[in-house]
Amino acid sequence: MTTLLLGAVAYDPKVVTIWEGFRAWLRRSDFDLDFVLYSHYERQVEDLLDGRIDVAWNSPLAWVRARRMAEARGGAVRAVLMRDTDRDLVTAVAVRADSDLQSLADLAGRTIGVGAIDSPQATLLPLSHLRAAGVDLDGPAHVRRFDVGVGLHGDHIGGERDAAAALVAGRLDAACLTDGNLLLFGQEGTLPAGSVRVIGQTPAFDHCNMTAGPRADAALVERFADLLLAMSYADEQVRPLLDLEGLTRWLPGRTEGYAALERAVDESGFYDSEGRIGARGYRP
Amino acid sequence: MTTCDLEDLGLDEGGHLPLSRALAGVPAGTGVAVRGSHPALALHLGAWCRAKGHRLDSTGGVLRVVRGTADGDRWAGAVRAGDAARPAEHAAPAWGLAARGALVEAGGPPLSVDWVDRDLVWADVAPRLYANASAAQWDPATAVDWTARSDVPPDIEDAVVQVMTYLVENEQAALVIPARLLSRLHPHFREVMQLLAVQVADEARHVEVFTRRALLHREALGRSGAGGRASLQTLVGEHDFTMASFLLSVLGEGTFVDLLRFLNLHAPDAVTADVTRLAARDEARHVAFGVAHTAHVAHTDPSFLGTLRAAVERRHSALAQTAGLNQEVFDSLVLLAAGSWAPSAIKRGWAAVQDLQRGMDEGRRRRLAYIGFPDDEAAEISALHTRNFM
Repeated sequence: MTTLLLGAVAYDPKVVTIWEGFRAWLRRSDFDLDFVLYSHYERQVEDLLDGRIDVAWNSPLAWVRARRMAEARGGAVRAVLMRDTDRDLVTAVAVRADSDLQSLADLAGRTIGVGAIDSPQATLLPLSHLRAAGVDLDGPAHVRRFDVGVGLHGDHIGGERDAAAALVAGRLDAACLTDGNLLLFGQEGTLPAGSVRVIGQTPAFDHCNMTAGPRADAALVERFADLLLAMSYADEQVRPLLDLEGLTRWLPGRTEGYAALERAVDESGFYDSEGRIGARGYRP
Repeated sequence: MTTCDLEDLGLDEGGHLPLSRALAGVPAGTGVAVRGSHPALALHLGAWCRAKGHRLDSTGGVLRVVRGTADGDRWAGAVRAGDAARPAEHAAPAWGLAARGALVEAGGPPLSVDWVDRDLVWADVAPRLYANASAAQWDPATAVDWTARSDVPPDIEDAVVQVMTYLVENEQAALVIPARLLSRLHPHFREVMQLLAVQVADEARHVEVFTRRALLHREALGRSGAGGRASLQTLVGEHDFTMASFLLSVLGEGTFVDLLRFLNLHAPDAVTADVTRLAARDEARHVAFGVAHTAHVAHTDPSFLGTLRAAVERRHSALAQTAGLNQEVFDSLVLLAAGSWAPSAIKRGWAAVQDLQRGMDEGRRRRLAYIGFPDDEAAEISALHTRNFM
């Protein structure tokens, strides 16, 4: 039987539990999966393009790079699957409730906190949105990065949490936080109720996807996708794994939710059009 | 359409509660309109719906949460962990630590326990005994007057210290055994679990008060004989629930109740009288459960009587080469009953200990008969009981 080799980034020890669990579950359906864990997304993408792995559980930024590298080589990668929770995320620009800031335009000359250098949701997308709103990020506005888990493309939420704490403590004028983390930090008390106000938000964007490499066996990938799409939240064996991975069901992949990130990557020069890393000071 | 008005309540301060309540009232695929004035309401709703598998529809400026299937799916395979009012014949390890009668979500690790069958651990009297045990708990600090005047002669005090040393050793065995049983019992049999837990607490108190009495007027404890410890070791090593309950409670603690009453009767001071009286009361309850449980098992399966007898015989042969009760303890009992070294007193003391042993034998035979042994067999089994009493 042919084995499908999957790459995933070990952003947390639970990643082992998740993929061990999925592997065992797939084995019961007579499907052989094995997985390789990476410490950051860049090598995972490179290995996907070099055919060392068949599919990669990619961050949106890793998807952008994989697509660019594949096309530069005359091939293509495919977004096969995504979680229901990967669709339509929004990043908010939050200020303290008592701040004089009312709109994004007011941010000129102020200090804006973002996530890690490679976080699509907490850095690249919101900064692109601020630029589009006319905030001069190279001029008077000062961007302060919270580099936690560099190489994990923002999967580690520590950077956002640090930014939220700095905002409340008065060390920042604004912080860029995803809608999910805005809610989480409110619930856990990092942002006390009523302490912050949202003055702007990005359009909706998509998050991770399961990317099939250019050399992957299409039929094998198809069967893998069908099995994952058939996973039910009512299945007691798989539900704990879905809970850990943060989804209630798998959905087919879609790529239109990455258009804003493509623009943000171009604007920041994070990758060039062929997927080469251009971000200064980025050491995954 | 159902409407949920959150007013100014945010989802970061409990707003999900009224919303979840409203969603629970509509079928999956149906929307609930959400109203509210919290500034981040739409953002929070988007994130919350995504995480919970619901869909947020904000067309036309109206926020509408369409209920997903995840919450229903989570409970689709759930089962009740039996009936809250009575224990099930068989407790499923998959129920885990769930309360009896709770709705148990499918999945999760099964509980690693050995005793999952009601008839192997149960006695109908267990709930009543537990209620009685809870009500009868006493505080060693106040239930005994530790300051009571004492004029016990030194030789008699030595005997008290030796007997207390022996009691502590036995109570420690009586603590360890139910504690071990507890960890292997399915908590579905709640009343048995509770009863064993109180039994452990009882023994902890007994260890405390006997130690305290031993050291009340002395710096050191008495002696611990190897034969006595060997006898107790055979109890601790018994791994079967009913067998352990039978050997410890029916035979051991049952015999001990007679011993504690004897000590209470012949106590040379108020403190000794108090601690033995209080301990005997607790032990009688342990015996009641042991007898009721063993009778329950024997009633369900009469062939089990043979297994019980074999256990006593096995223990007897294991102890055949040991001294059993240490001489110091036996002599101390005689001296306590005598009250002095006068030959006539010793004669009285000796006769009292003989009476005690006869009484212990009669008690064991009575309990064995209650469990279902014919009288002649009960007498044989009683005679095989350890010389160490417990």
